[in-house]
Amino acid sequence: MNVWLGQHARCFGTTMVKLARTPLGSVFNMFVIGIALCLPVGLYALIDNLQAASGHLAAEPQISAFMALDASKGEIAQIELRLKQNPRVERYRFVARDQALQELKQSSGLTDVIDSLPQNPLPDAFIISAKNNTPQALDALREEIAQWPRIVHAQLDAVWARRLDATLRFGRVIVLILGGLLALALVAITFNTIRLQVLTQRDEVEVVKLIGATDAFIRRPFLYYGALQGAAGGLVAWLFVTGGIWLINRNLGELSHVYASLFQLKYLPPVDAVVLLLFPAALGWVGAWLSVGRHLSHIEPV
Amino acid sequence: MITLSRVFKRYPGGRQALNDVGFTVEAGELLFITGPSGAGKTTLLKLLAAIERPTSGTVIVSGQNVGTLKSGAIPFLRRKFGLIFQDHKLLFDRNAFHNVALPLDIAGYGAKDAARRVRAALDKVGLLKYEKALPITLSGGEQQRLCIARAIVHRPAILLADEPTGNLDIEYASAIGDLFQSFNQVGVTVIVATHDQALLARLNPRVIALRNGALAEAA
Repeated sequence: MNVWLGQHARCFGTTMVKLARTPLGSVFNMFVIGIALCLPVGLYALIDNLQAASGHLAAEPQISAFMALDASKGEIAQIELRLKQNPRVERYRFVARDQALQELKQSSGLTDVIDSLPQNPLPDAFIISAKNNTPQALDALREEIAQWPRIVHAQLDAVWARRLDATLRFGRVIVLILGGLLALALVAITFNTIRLQVLTQRDEVEVVKLIGATDAFIRRPFLYYGALQGAAGGLVAWLFVTGGIWLINRNLGELSHVYASLFQLKYLPPVDAVVLLLFPAALGWVGAWLSVGRHLSHIEPV
Repeated sequence: MITLSRVFKRYPGGRQALNDVGFTVEAGELLFITGPSGAGKTTLLKLLAAIERPTSGTVIVSGQNVGTLKSGAIPFLRRKFGLIFQDHKLLFDRNAFHNVALPLDIAGYGAKDAARRVRAALDKVGLLKYEKALPITLSGGEQQRLCIARAIVHRPAILLADEPTGNLDIEYASAIGDLFQSFNQVGVTVIVATHDQALLARLNPRVIALRNGALAEAA
């Protein structure tokens, strides 16, 4: 066990030396991998942010039920009773038409226009939250309420939020496809790098085979190289994405001053950052493994 | 320790390198395999270290049938040998010390223990003062001795040398002959393939002569 650990530690060291011995080539390789990874990772970060934003806005879908303009107090009370007794309604809130008009005046700043209206154009309304928030249940409840007497119109508020959600889900699929393609590219890049290395170290491989090195021993430095290169590429991607978010946030800061809102992009959480290091490392390992297995068998000592 | 019986080796393309060769080597023997070039000396050594496999017949090394060994077991067979090559097969990207340390790295020795053994081996072949030198800066005879140091550093039971004095002048050659003799005296089985008659006369070993892939005489 100690022997094994010692060999691994030494191998890690020599691999670092190998990376450092050809700094330009290593750096370029890392950048190629890093930039390739940037695309899906950046898109992922963006979608994650949008998702969080839309989650705020549509935390709970609501049904708005509007009464007829000439509905009487008794009719309103009847609807209220039905809502109270309906087992599918979690809670509801009554918005009287005068109250709604006041709210509109305050929030829109159109006081003059509204004051000039001959009569209040807004109906009495109920804002209803359902017990079950699945789209089917919400639709069923909305339809039921729309059938009730003196209800002119019942509408589900969360439609646009659901649309956004679907769009974001579509975005996630694109991230997955892009990620899958670039993962393949990473494996291919590593495959080629390692192929070149195996060829340039042909003599060494031959000699160590002759003096009793196992295939695992010969393979190990190449696997380390592939994994380290992948991890370094992941690090580059993380730096780029984090730098990008920082730049965007700085500019958003000015923008949101103007619009008096505070929208800031979140940075990649630590868990994602760790995944961003480990996943390319694993891919690099795979690429190196394929490459070494393929090319090592061609080198037989003679 | 080593037994060959009815060994044939035919290379792809039809060249018959060994033709019904059989002999036994006891532990601690000093054996020379002689013959003109093309007689099959190198092929014989390659069969012992599982670098080549016999077309038919059996090669037994310390109880293991080399010809049917699984590829996973071959590295461990090779660690029983110290291999000395005519062209040295040193690695030119590292110094003498690290060249000699290679078999110990492979076998997984600790750094301290390895350093001690490497220096002992370098000392044995008279290259201790060159431990930091790159092989390219050493003379032909020194490179050959470095190769010998690498072959003995893990204290193998069997030393295989293929034309160890092939490119060396007579003084270097006799020094290397003395080295082989000293290893043999401490119990190492030494098998040398050579056509160097001077070396043969100096060491007076058991001789197996090959001619066209077959045994010419067994002494």
